[in-house]
Amino acid sequence: MKLFAQNPPPGPFRRETWRSPVRGPWLTSVLGAALLVGIPVVFATGLLSYVAYEPALGSNNLIGDPGLLDFYVFSWPTSPSWLYALTQGLHVTIGIALVPIVLVKLWSAMPKLFEWPPLRSPAHALERASLALLVSSTLFQFATGIFNAQLYYPWKFSFLSAHFYGGWVFIAAFVLHAVLRVPTMRRSLRERRLLDELRRGLDETTPERGQSALIAPAPSAPTISRRGVLAVTGGASLGLLALTAGQSVGGPLREIALLAPHGRDLGDGPNDFQVNKTASSLGITATQTGADWRLRVAGGTRRVELSRTQLLAMAQQTYELPIACVEGWSTTQTWTGVRLRDLAALAGVESFDELLVESLQEAGSFRRATLSAGQVGDRRSLLALRVNGADLSPDHGFPARIVVPALPGVHCTKWVNRLEFRATRA
Amino acid sequence: MRLGRAYGAGPLHLLSHVAALALAAYAFTRIFAGGQPWNVVLWFVGAVVLHDLVAFPLYTGLNRLALGRRMRSVNHVRVPALLSGLSFIVFFPLILGLGDGRYEASTTLSQDVYLGRWLLLCGAMFAVSGLLYAVRARRLRPS
Repeated sequence: MKLFAQNPPPGPFRRETWRSPVRGPWLTSVLGAALLVGIPVVFATGLLSYVAYEPALGSNNLIGDPGLLDFYVFSWPTSPSWLYALTQGLHVTIGIALVPIVLVKLWSAMPKLFEWPPLRSPAHALERASLALLVSSTLFQFATGIFNAQLYYPWKFSFLSAHFYGGWVFIAAFVLHAVLRVPTMRRSLRERRLLDELRRGLDETTPERGQSALIAPAPSAPTISRRGVLAVTGGASLGLLALTAGQSVGGPLREIALLAPHGRDLGDGPNDFQVNKTASSLGITATQTGADWRLRVAGGTRRVELSRTQLLAMAQQTYELPIACVEGWSTTQTWTGVRLRDLAALAGVESFDELLVESLQEAGSFRRATLSAGQVGDRRSLLALRVNGADLSPDHGFPARIVVPALPGVHCTKWVNRLEFRATRA
Repeated sequence: MRLGRAYGAGPLHLLSHVAALALAAYAFTRIFAGGQPWNVVLWFVGAVVLHDLVAFPLYTGLNRLALGRRMRSVNHVRVPALLSGLSFIVFFPLILGLGDGRYEASTTLSQDVYLGRWLLLCGAMFAVSGLLYAVRARRLRPS
């Protein structure tokens, strides 16, 4: 047994295979500290996105029974109107910007994967199992999230459900790792001052000292300084931030969002802004949205059917509001239409708890959405008919779409043909 | 005490691991309930295998290859190469036009621009790096 423990097989299991002179607990700790700030932002904004979908209402919940994992759900507010644009923009943009830090952190801790002996005790086995889970769920969450933002689905499972519950697997392993390692991190960070290290060039770069398995026993001569490693990692992170943030923030940043899926310029017309799903991709035809289209409003004392002309004859309101997508992009436009609460009054609705919105769309997860009474009650919540002074284009939901402040984009239902005000509480 | 020695760590260590692993296992049961459990497992396991046993040996191998040349300019090659690779890893579905036309059907836009943009970005990074090297080399040259 002792012989086995003292004789690792050749290759990465032998410590002298690892030669990097900059790898060590200090570097790993700096990267870990960055992730200790970044990861909670991404996790919390991910949960907020779940909350923003109001999963308790109607058939809004698309991820199956959340069991115990929805204890934090609260009623999502409508103010500030850019709330979801902010939280989801952070989720996706910070997530993408953390990729280099995660990858370099994995590089820095890689000798741990090839520890010898592989298992020293039951405690060590549990530690390694939870580390495997941490690495696996990290890669899983980043890959599925980043692919989803690019509309690429090379898997068979449901993205919404797997990414949501995967987040819980990840945070369980992450918190455990943080609890176990923060003391080591703080000790390692005291070994060198960050500012001192940032002043050291290649010639002054010396290996870390100590017993850690991360430190190479026989390091080769440095080819990059420690500050070089941090600069490349941080620079890559900022670079990815610059390449994607514009699709969420807009303005001049949009010009440099070269690789962002929704960072592109569609033209100068009133309807030339980002489209999430086109009319044709969802089978919406011109016949359905033509002169025979009617909006039915149910749930009140009167049955109401309105043509678009009748809707346009009602009091029109105009507000500048963002549409913010779960994929991390947003676009602020000037919408004109009828207040949802005016439609409730017209139909003789006295009190209601939620509003079911249905679309002409026959397929797809988001052909209907349920809004809370609070969301409907906001004076800026519209059944929009026009945008930027022109009729909505087919791709933006003509004849009518929902626009509600701080509501996730896919719940701003397009091609609406039915509203039902519902009382769910006796 | 004897139990502690057999386990290899204190009771808090055991409790925190059991708690975290139980939460993770619970979350897994919820994912599996959504269908396609084996595909989920394949992705969780595949991600680690791809990173630890394919990507890591590949990039460290490339690094060793670059270092083997013993050039003073090595960082002027491997830094832009690393950044190019990284931007590819993050955006390859768009760059390679993957997704069976879903992007174009959804957004009205063609994916074709991304390959060109990425190549230009890589070109620009290598060019800037080369320029910096030229400036450095000139400064180091004895006059």
